[in-house]
Amino acid sequence: MMWVWLWTDIMIWLLVVSLGLWGWTISRSPQVKAQWIAIFRSKIAMTSAIVLLMYVSIALLDSLHFRLALPDQPVGEKVQYQGQTLSVLDWVFDEIRGKVERTYSAPFALKEHSSSIIKTDDGQIKQIALDLTHAGSHLAAAEDRNQDILLKSLWAIFVAWVLSKLFISLHIYWRARVAKISWRQQAGLVLKGKTELPWRTAYLTFSIGLIVLAWLYHLGHYYHVLGTDKVGGDVLYQSFKSVRTGVLIGVLTTLVMLPLALILGISAGLFRGWIDDVIQYLYTTLNSIPGILLIAAAVLVMQTMIMNNPDWFETATERADIRLLVLVLILGLTSWTGLCRLLRAETLKISQVEYVTAARAFGVSRFKIIGRHILPNVMHIVLIAVVLDFSALVLAEAVLSYVGVGVDPTMHSWGNMINQARLEMAREPMVWWSLLSAFIFMFILVLAANLFSDRVQRVLDPKNN
Amino acid sequence: MMAYIARRLFYAIPILIGVNLITFVLFFMVNSPDDMARAQLGAKQTTPAMIETWKAERGYDKPLFFNNEAPGLVKFSDTLFVEESLKLFVFDFGRSDSGRDIGADILERMWPSLQIALPTFAIGLITTITLALLIVLFRGTALDTSAMVIAVMIMSISGLFYIIAGQVLFSKILNWVPISGYEPGWAGVKFVILPVLIGVFAGLGAGTRWYRSIFLEEINRDYVRTARAKGLSEIKVLFKHVLPNGMLPILTGVVVVIPSLFMGSLIMESFFGIPGLGSYTIDAINAQDFAIVKAMVFFGAVLYIIGLILTDISYTIFDPRVRLS
Repeated sequence: MMWVWLWTDIMIWLLVVSLGLWGWTISRSPQVKAQWIAIFRSKIAMTSAIVLLMYVSIALLDSLHFRLALPDQPVGEKVQYQGQTLSVLDWVFDEIRGKVERTYSAPFALKEHSSSIIKTDDGQIKQIALDLTHAGSHLAAAEDRNQDILLKSLWAIFVAWVLSKLFISLHIYWRARVAKISWRQQAGLVLKGKTELPWRTAYLTFSIGLIVLAWLYHLGHYYHVLGTDKVGGDVLYQSFKSVRTGVLIGVLTTLVMLPLALILGISAGLFRGWIDDVIQYLYTTLNSIPGILLIAAAVLVMQTMIMNNPDWFETATERADIRLLVLVLILGLTSWTGLCRLLRAETLKISQVEYVTAARAFGVSRFKIIGRHILPNVMHIVLIAVVLDFSALVLAEAVLSYVGVGVDPTMHSWGNMINQARLEMAREPMVWWSLLSAFIFMFILVLAANLFSDRVQRVLDPKNN
Repeated sequence: MMAYIARRLFYAIPILIGVNLITFVLFFMVNSPDDMARAQLGAKQTTPAMIETWKAERGYDKPLFFNNEAPGLVKFSDTLFVEESLKLFVFDFGRSDSGRDIGADILERMWPSLQIALPTFAIGLITTITLALLIVLFRGTALDTSAMVIAVMIMSISGLFYIIAGQVLFSKILNWVPISGYEPGWAGVKFVILPVLIGVFAGLGAGTRWYRSIFLEEINRDYVRTARAKGLSEIKVLFKHVLPNGMLPILTGVVVVIPSLFMGSLIMESFFGIPGLGSYTIDAINAQDFAIVKAMVFFGAVLYIIGLILTDISYTIFDPRVRLS
């Protein structure tokens, strides 16, 4: 086995590490810590945060790539690897991924969605829906299906319930240790909902999430829980694979946008004069181009470049990954203007405040003023913008893919799923499950992000206090 | 006032030059005219002579920024960049790859776009303001909370779903309106209803939330307290005092998008088969027709700048405290 680090993998893991470091530094500042506790005191915020965390975990699992060695190789020679790049998520879904049918089939169906014409053994020509190769192949008779689904569901729910209880007990134990009370006392506080943070809600969300995941996963081994697509691929697997694309576009774009917005916004507000003029000119110009057109233009140019240089990439996965990376770069380069303007205005305001004037009079250098006085005071704006942008970017991915300037068509994404669904909805009878799956997966993620950003805004925005 | 507008228009020139520079860099430097010629001519056996004639036909045979062979200042002016930009400034958009006049196409396709965009905008604005006022009237109650939850939910659904679901429900299952198509004038109403309704509904969540927060800000002001102290009913306070004052930030906020209504909506038009500028752009993107995309970028930038100027003017009209200078 050989680990493969795609560019976007490296970026997302770097981001996780830096977020960890940031979390560690703010945990030592009592004011910031109090703010975060205030955010999580809301039950809705806690629930959304846990949902978001689940999505991010799936995306991270899907960001560890490797290539397997080819079987039956002579010992001692250089190992040859398969051309296909897999991720840990692919490995988890290995069996479900392999259950490819011939064509469309509805969720939990045992037969194909459309009928095909076959010749029976006695020479007659019939039009019937064929049996699926994989789904329900363990059943003795088709009538057993509902009972089988019920039994398997109960089993999955039971296992997930036990597992979640285990995790929750461990967490309660840890919280009890921190609070220096007994395990029993802490559990009592949680049950009555008397803890500082709404842990009861958190545990409930976690349990429900785990049960849903376990149910989908367990039944996915026996049926196509969300049906299959045109070439018989499992829609459940596709929906899970799309999580990475959505989350990465939402998160990595911020990574590109933030430094630009911060550096340009703060220098415009602090240095003023011609620097301010130039930066203002820059963002007015960029702003005046309709966003989607600028993105489309840049992506078109990139597509032509990739087309003219096919020898740049070793595997199709690498090419798709570079396209995702460039898309993220383009989105970042076109979306910093809004935050930059806010930061400029705020910096202008802060640099007039007496303690900053005093610091300047004492001869404190510009960079120290930025680090000590300006950055901490604009952090709330940055944070609000980041969480607000996330949901907008996830939604934008779908539209961009529809317009044809989104991620690579071979890459799993909700946008590509919706794009295909457009034709499927026109079929008779309708193929609705791809669209519904993409809808549900996207809706939960965006709703959680929106609710969380609402709370962040309410707590951090000084206008609301 | 006129002097102010003239100055603002003058300021727009460097911005438009910047816009041109960005599109120029994107289209000509990253993809040199040679690359474009090769992509357009397609086949691998394109000879250098074929590329030269293709470039000469489109006037792409000049140097990009600096013409070494020309005398004096013409070194800078006799270049592809200056030529392309000057043409755009007099709204001469040239010809598309299929040979059609882009300027004429834009003029023709503007009206179908407007036929969808204008009703969506007007009906959307009126509905969201009415809803926001109603919610403010019931502020702090369960109705307020549930309305806000629904608003967040509406915001969390991709516009593509509204369109697909709307088409399936109203056109395929209920058969109330045709699934797509277009006819100019009143005969086309049956084609316009569904996209307008979907557009209004999709914008309901964000709009209502925004206007609600504006009205809530107003409702804590002193003049509202005075109005209540006079003994006015809550409804009178809302409609006679809060609404006019709240309209100020709302109007100045929406004026900027009015010129952009001409651009139409990319996805709406392509789903409903409306021959407007939105579907024009999408077709150009799919066909990789750079000339059209470039023209639309410039057109969009011009409309945005007009929107900014209109915003400033609307301040003076609606807010007597503001004077333009």
